[in-house]
Amino acid sequence: MSDLGAHVVILGAGHAGGTAAALLRQYGHSGPITLIGDEPLAPYQRPPLSKAWLKGEADADSLALKPLEFYAEHQIDFRPNTRAVKLARADKVVTLADGQTLTYDVLILATGARAIKLPVPGAELAGLLELRTAADAEALKAAVGPGKRLAVVGGGYIGLEVAASGRALGAEVVVIEREQRLLARVACESLSDFFQGVHQAHGVAFEMGASVTGFVGENGHVTGVTLADGRTIACDAAVIGVGATPNDELAADSGLDTARGVVVDLEARTSDPSIFAIGDVAHRPMPIYERMFRMESVPNALEQAKQAASAITGRPAPAGEVPWQWSDQYDLKLQIAGYAFDADEVLLRGDPASGKFAVFHLKGDQIQSVEAINSPPEFMMGKQLIGNRKPVSKAKLVDLSVSMKEVVA
Amino acid sequence: MAKITYIEHDGTEHVVDVKTGLTVMEGAVKNNIPGIDADCGGACACATCHVYVDEAWKDKTGESSAMEESMLDFAENVEANSRLSCQIKVTDELEGLVVRMPESQH
Repeated sequence: MSDLGAHVVILGAGHAGGTAAALLRQYGHSGPITLIGDEPLAPYQRPPLSKAWLKGEADADSLALKPLEFYAEHQIDFRPNTRAVKLARADKVVTLADGQTLTYDVLILATGARAIKLPVPGAELAGLLELRTAADAEALKAAVGPGKRLAVVGGGYIGLEVAASGRALGAEVVVIEREQRLLARVACESLSDFFQGVHQAHGVAFEMGASVTGFVGENGHVTGVTLADGRTIACDAAVIGVGATPNDELAADSGLDTARGVVVDLEARTSDPSIFAIGDVAHRPMPIYERMFRMESVPNALEQAKQAASAITGRPAPAGEVPWQWSDQYDLKLQIAGYAFDADEVLLRGDPASGKFAVFHLKGDQIQSVEAINSPPEFMMGKQLIGNRKPVSKAKLVDLSVSMKEVVA
Repeated sequence: MAKITYIEHDGTEHVVDVKTGLTVMEGAVKNNIPGIDADCGGACACATCHVYVDEAWKDKTGESSAMEESMLDFAENVEANSRLSCQIKVTDELEGLVVRMPESQH
């Protein structure tokens, strides 16, 4: 039963939490909504932080999901600069860091994830940066510029986007990656090689297969990254982008089911029917892959915000979506749909040398995922085929003379 | 500033003033108008800000880029006057613009 007058408390004012608040009003929720965020800013888009924003092509207003006055106009009690420290489910009470308490009818956990810190000597030095928030991006922007040496620890998407933006701002950039190839966790080898080649052509240096053993500094500020082989890579600042871990402690401490993330169902509901979890913090079912996992992406945050807002307001559940994400580096648009779970074959469509190609991961004759570089048709059609599970003709899929509209077997 | 009318698939109209320099997509999202999802925030990566531009406005809203054309080619419910609203910049010229939304963005 939905209660449109219920008090909904949303913990976390990121993309997921902010969207849930707005959708609740859009869907006719009339009860009080309290939105708690631990940053000074109202909900904003994080993806541009490593791209357009870092390069100075976007400002705070354009990052904001909604104008600040939106929250008051829609009776959303947005409280910045604070966070929940305790959840007492039996009483439906949340305690905030400043000692205030909130009683909820419905609670949405949208607490996100935090950057993993490297447990090495020197990790407390100034000039060691991460990139999760606008404040992080501000610090990074101040640290890069013509002639500055930036070390990027971690060759994942965040690291590579920062490397590209750093080069655009004139910094010398070296990427230090523990694995032998970039994007090792998330992309196939041909894509890794392609990205390394592009970054090298733009002047980025690489240390592959290099383990960071510590940071050295002078006067409390980082001056170099030490590697397991004994070398020190000199730098003026270093960005650490080695993954994130969910902020699920509040949920776990209160006895909710967690599994590296808060376990939810397809309504984004946790093991407590009054509590939902959405976005980076949620460990969610993904029916097309017949498994549960946690995703860190905007489309996932939006989909789960929709699921929760629909369930809370008594709307029918939204149709399932195919997970996807994107990355912009230099003049490359990478669009990824799906995940390569259980894939038994990798097919290349197009020539990487042309700067325009797609990599398809198949399980039998079904597409599990596609990574598309400057190739919207491959991304768009691939995403549809992942969702509808239609078998494809492999011969047609690798034949550029056959349109993506014709690849179904 | 331009007055823009957004019409949902069910006929519900929303008339709002949108600042010059924003996109038609941002005008909808910042005013919490349903029907334009804009999952990617304007990166031309998702085709979830699809609108139909009234014929009279086709010239003033400009040409779509190859990337936009390519995305639209594979979106649902595409018509000859389909556009991605994140790719239409608002100018004073667009005062009175009317855009309609498709049944679904996904």
